[in-house]
Amino acid sequence: MDYGKGLWTKSFFSSLLVLFLATLPFYMPPYTPLAVTSILMYVVLTVSWAMFCGPTRYMSLATATFFGVGMYTSAVLGERLPFPVVVLCGSLGSFFIGLLTGYICLRLRGFYFAIFTFGLNELVRNFVLWWEGRVAHTVGRWVVLVDSLTIYYYMLAIVVLTVLVTFFINRSKYGLILLSIGEAEEAASHIGINVTRYRIVFFALSCFFMGMAGAVMATKWAYIDPRIAFNPVLNFTPVLMALFGGVGKMYGPIVGAGILTLASEILLSRFPYYYMLLYGSLFIVIISFLPDGLVGLTGRWRRNRGTR
Amino acid sequence: MGILEGEKVTKFFGGLAAVFDVDFDIDEGEIVGLIGPNGAGKTTLFNLISGSLSTTGGEIRYQGKRISNLKPHQICRLGIARTFQSVNLFGNISVFDHVFLGSICGTASRTKAVDARHKAATILELVGLPARKSELAKNLPLGEQKRLEIGRALATEPRVLLLDEVMAGLTATELNSFTTLIRQIRSGGTTILLVEHVMQAIMAICDRIIVLHHGVKLAEGLPQEIAKNQKVIEVYLGTDAYAER
Amino acid sequence: MLNVNRLSLFYGKIQVLWEVCLRIDEKEMVAVIGSNASGKTSLLNAISGLLTPSSGTVEFLGKGIVKMPAYRIARLGISHIPEGGGLFPDMKVSENLELGAYIHAGEKEKRETLQRVYEIFPALAARAGQVARTLSGGERQMLAIGRGLMSKPRLCMLDEPSYALSPLLVMEVFKAVRDLRDRGTTILLVEQDIKRALEMADRAYLLENGRVVLDGPRELFLQSDHVRKAYLGL
Repeated sequence: MDYGKGLWTKSFFSSLLVLFLATLPFYMPPYTPLAVTSILMYVVLTVSWAMFCGPTRYMSLATATFFGVGMYTSAVLGERLPFPVVVLCGSLGSFFIGLLTGYICLRLRGFYFAIFTFGLNELVRNFVLWWEGRVAHTVGRWVVLVDSLTIYYYMLAIVVLTVLVTFFINRSKYGLILLSIGEAEEAASHIGINVTRYRIVFFALSCFFMGMAGAVMATKWAYIDPRIAFNPVLNFTPVLMALFGGVGKMYGPIVGAGILTLASEILLSRFPYYYMLLYGSLFIVIISFLPDGLVGLTGRWRRNRGTR
Repeated sequence: MGILEGEKVTKFFGGLAAVFDVDFDIDEGEIVGLIGPNGAGKTTLFNLISGSLSTTGGEIRYQGKRISNLKPHQICRLGIARTFQSVNLFGNISVFDHVFLGSICGTASRTKAVDARHKAATILELVGLPARKSELAKNLPLGEQKRLEIGRALATEPRVLLLDEVMAGLTATELNSFTTLIRQIRSGGTTILLVEHVMQAIMAICDRIIVLHHGVKLAEGLPQEIAKNQKVIEVYLGTDAYAER
Repeated sequence: MLNVNRLSLFYGKIQVLWEVCLRIDEKEMVAVIGSNASGKTSLLNAISGLLTPSSGTVEFLGKGIVKMPAYRIARLGISHIPEGGGLFPDMKVSENLELGAYIHAGEKEKRETLQRVYEIFPALAARAGQVARTLSGGERQMLAIGRGLMSKPRLCMLDEPSYALSPLLVMEVFKAVRDLRDRGTTILLVEQDIKRALEMADRAYLLENGRVVLDGPRELFLQSDHVRKAYLGL
């Protein structure tokens, strides 16, 4: 792909944005980093969802599961281990469960894969509910508190990490491989691509980042229970945000998550009664006119297809 | 013992025998045609060889080793590549990247990206697509898509190439250039197994022909023999006109 | 019967047909030949109403049909049998055929037409209860043509009926097509197999890159140097 000028411009503006966000606490009221943390959370979830599901076109509806695993890791280990280690454990926990999930649903594609992942979330949620109730004898858990500024910087770092990893994957042969799996899986396997291996590994990789986010966010929410940690709505939100922003280009999920979360915060505060109505309408309008998502706008405007 | 052998190869789909007790022995460097009416089991046989399907019975051997139940990507790495009956390309990926991907993922030993790029360029020259290298596969006309599929398969450095109805839908002139291409590929040392309905092509390039009918081998022999074979004429050719050549 | 006058068609910004003119009289068989991407399928799609041309007119039996929706064009008597057949894969052979007769209300008429189609294609009769997806390529093509006949069309447009068929089946399909012509159906045949197309058709049009570059009786084509070199490989 001829990045040339495009790459430098994008890197420049991205770095500027990161710098702006990093220095935010110094010139914005304390509430701002708190609000931005939520946005960052959705960005991580959306980008990590799109990392695998974007090119391969497998629709995973289990984001909440892996996010929740990270949360619970934080809750359980938070008191015993230093925070960075806890975050790592949360990520690894999600990673391994992701590997297991990928292995189990190998034969599933399309619709069946989506339903399975959704069901998985319900399974895990109910299992944890049972375990907590019967074995641990507790309903929810309190999570060791971490100060909001630390949380903010952790989330920012995770966003940067997730985006960078996605970027490097897309540029590498793995990006092409994942794309080929999404385009014509049968043909891909016939040119030597071990589809199974790539499916499992990259799915688990995306789960890694979801778990990372979960481990950090648990400390912000302070109290979690299975209903909160494995909230089914969180299965769909990243998907919607990714589609809204557009999965074609890499920044699509970022833009989608950013704008939709911002919009929902604003709408919620200004129109507490009509918030859902407006939010839904916004979504419908954009998708009707730009089926490729917001990135479709630049597509039309520039009017040339970039290829590698 | 040839480079690709099949012994009593059988595949059942439920109660239906798509392929039954088929034997074949392909020598290195041959171009063998596989013909038969629609539904005779030709593509199924290809699927069995390339690993898309697993055999119900019998054995398939490549270079003497059993490959009957390996996965497609493993078989590709061993050296068998194929094209598909309905062109199976990566629509939103560029022409160049198709061949690049084949080169990087499909060869027996690891290929470095920089070598893969060189090879991709060479192969694009061979199949006549260098001018289209940045074009997305879905935007190509059918003839070029078929060339691309062949190019992608060649990138994996196969010793055996399975071509599934590559000639369908081509004009006589295009047929000529494809025939030339196939001969070129063979002269590079690749063994070719060809499923086709376009009899001019089959008669012109094949060293030998195998005829399948209802999943069973009906006949096998030199093109001229097959063209005169009464049974083959009855179920498949319809006329003895092909025997003239 | 069919008069196409200066038809132009775009796919988005790309022009695929340039002022195409074509005429078919009743009971004729006319062939449209050319290589892939020459616009043959687009032409048929424009005539049958699946695509809307940007300019030009199409008249069928004296009526202008350019702005008509496809289902009304079908009711007027044009049957479009698309490349690959366009069958309903999960429906049985008999169901596919019955749906072809959708525009005729009468049960008796439907049954009679069905009988006739089964006469022309006995293989279909044998497989009447089979699901379309399980048929082989040739049988599917037969089914597609059979379904196209169920609407008792005045004009039958066939898009590459011989694609990927075994030589024997190609002969049978073309025999069926000839049979159709002999029964009085007007036929517009789009074909890749130029030799065959010229054998059967009265007249032909050669499309290249969306333009008609040659039209006339079969002899004209067989004598043309361009056609011989570029298409017949001679």
